[in-house]
Amino acid sequence: MVSPGVWIASLIDGLLLGFVYGLAAMGLTLIWGVMRVINLAHGPIIALGMFGVYLLFAHAGVNPYLGLLVIALMGLLFGILVYAIAVHRVLNAPHLSTLLATFSVNMMIIGTGTALFTTTPRNIDISLGRLTIGPVVLLGTRLLAALAAVLITGGLYLFLYRTTLGKMVRAVASNRAAAELMGIPSTRVLAFSFGLGTMLAAAAGGLIATFFPFTILSGGTYELKSFVICVLGGLGNPTGALLGGLILGALEGLIPIALPVSWVPVIEFLLFVLLLLLRPQGLLGER
Amino acid sequence: MTRWMKTGGILVVLAMLAACAAPTPPAPTATPAGPAQPAAQPSPTPAASPTPAVKKIVLGFTASQTGKLTKESKEQVQGLQLWLEDLQRAGGIRLPDGTVLQVELKFYDDESTKERVQQLYVKLINEDKADFLISPYSSGLADAAAVIAEQYGKIMITTGAASDSTYEKGYQHIFQIYTPASRYLTGAIDFLKKMDPNARRIAIVYENEKFSTDVVNAAKPYAESQGFEVVLFEGYETGTTDFGPFINKIMAARPDAIIGGGHFQDGSTLAKQLFEKKVPVKMIALLVAPAVPEFAQLGDAAVGVIGPSQWEPGARYSPDSAKAAGLPWYGPTVDQFVSAYKAKYGYEPGYHAAGGYAAGLVLQKAIEEAGSVETEKVKAALEKMDLMTFYGRIRFDTGKAHGKQIGHEMVYLQWRKDASGNLIRPIIWPEAAQAAKPIYPLSR
Repeated sequence: MVSPGVWIASLIDGLLLGFVYGLAAMGLTLIWGVMRVINLAHGPIIALGMFGVYLLFAHAGVNPYLGLLVIALMGLLFGILVYAIAVHRVLNAPHLSTLLATFSVNMMIIGTGTALFTTTPRNIDISLGRLTIGPVVLLGTRLLAALAAVLITGGLYLFLYRTTLGKMVRAVASNRAAAELMGIPSTRVLAFSFGLGTMLAAAAGGLIATFFPFTILSGGTYELKSFVICVLGGLGNPTGALLGGLILGALEGLIPIALPVSWVPVIEFLLFVLLLLLRPQGLLGER
Repeated sequence: MTRWMKTGGILVVLAMLAACAAPTPPAPTATPAGPAQPAAQPSPTPAASPTPAVKKIVLGFTASQTGKLTKESKEQVQGLQLWLEDLQRAGGIRLPDGTVLQVELKFYDDESTKERVQQLYVKLINEDKADFLISPYSSGLADAAAVIAEQYGKIMITTGAASDSTYEKGYQHIFQIYTPASRYLTGAIDFLKKMDPNARRIAIVYENEKFSTDVVNAAKPYAESQGFEVVLFEGYETGTTDFGPFINKIMAARPDAIIGGGHFQDGSTLAKQLFEKKVPVKMIALLVAPAVPEFAQLGDAAVGVIGPSQWEPGARYSPDSAKAAGLPWYGPTVDQFVSAYKAKYGYEPGYHAAGGYAAGLVLQKAIEEAGSVETEKVKAALEKMDLMTFYGRIRFDTGKAHGKQIGHEMVYLQWRKDASGNLIRPIIWPEAAQAAKPIYPLSR
């Protein structure tokens, strides 16, 4: 018989991870919400975030959490670049074009990354100690990652609802033509929004890198999780993404207690399909 | 809604494409292990020398000079070539009747595929008239070659191949150099029993994949036969990065020791997370990962972790340890092999290279003992063989699993910090090969 302590410990472990999953998914959902583009380069960008933090840490001795700020900024710029080169021209073409365009970016990042870094797993060797409360052992790195995810989410909301640029993003998202008529430079806003999405992905990657090992291919796992999370929470809805992340994290924590670990993806994707069938707008609906 | 679902469908398909299409990494060192040292020059047959008569024998094999196995295969071939060089320097194999045998290596590139292996071994036997065969690298390729060798009744020494199943098919001519997969972790269980008579509970957690499950499926009954209780026996998926829930489960089972693992990535992750959560166990022994130098990246989390390896340059097999075990010694010492390899190739040999050298050495000894190159006589010599070399003990099963290696033991290394804080991995088991006192129990 499994003691309740194990359930609680696993639930908390799962929820802490869930915040970071949610952050990654937010990047995907934001881009969808603003420009109706599914960014298939999402996974590799998460991996780039991991490598960015790793390289700064391993070669320049930069604290990973400080490095995260640098990587977030670079993620923003990289996203703007990707938008300008790969996305902008096909933005109004059918969905398949943007899918293929971002998929090409995906392949390019993975190819280049494999050539540069090989697929030998990397580790960021950092420990922030642990906090033991009864049966629950909380790791410093994961607590901080969850906290960072919450702060970034809060920052995103403040930005979207309290700043002029944020309001422009929302305006373009809700009606691009009307926004343009109001004099909003939609191309620049779109480019910026894409950058914002990749920034979130890169930041999530950087946080994950502080506790899991990774290769340039590791982003794929989190990309798939992000899709499930977005559908759970409602595509285009950042709060939904956070909620979806927490649900997924909790499932990943709890299922293995009762069942062999192999069942986790089965149940996750079953949920994905059920939601698509029964509530395609997600738990919280589109924003 | 329909549009949504269409998009959703495309999305899932493409995401899966993205997951599947991830390219396999280009082999880091694609330099083919070209036959830089041409196989032994056909020995200048001294036509009229009264004695000794010089005879040429052909040793055939395939090397994976292209494809995914190039790196390991290259090491193995280099080991074999070094053996040949040493043999030539010694003047060849001398038979009791005074005949001197000069060995010629004949090999082709198998492109790391089974199909090529089978074509090429037929060619080696029929066209090149190979007298004896050495296996290609890897269990899969060696298994493919074994079928051909057995069909033609040729002796093949397999190296770089740990799978047990090849020897459970009733073959009579295949002899294995590597310790089979089924014994990868049994030594760790012996170690635990020796170190701590009070240890009772073992948790076995492993990657859900053929090699690792083979290993643990043999380790579990072995542990039970040694009086241990297996309190957790569960697999995890290849590519698992979050062992959190798993570790909670392990903690609830309160084991004394954890054994298992799989390959590098999952094994090192598991080790790291076990350390972070301060799981209070006395021993951790994992497959593959601890034997890889990059395991040192784990820092403190690596300390104390035990891993099996076929052979290490620090192995302490010696004529003395052979004497202590009551076995004859044969071939170079560990130091001689390591320094000769370093001198020739510029770096320390790993177990792939050692296995290549040992394959040649074992065949050489068997031919000497048989006093003949006749297959049946050499086969009988191999079946009788029980000796110690730089690579460890060599003895073959002659029963149901004919040809399976039963003498050679894995060595177990354990990570620790040296005086200046660098991570090193001396051998701690078996006792005959011990280079440092083991850390037991783990202090966590």
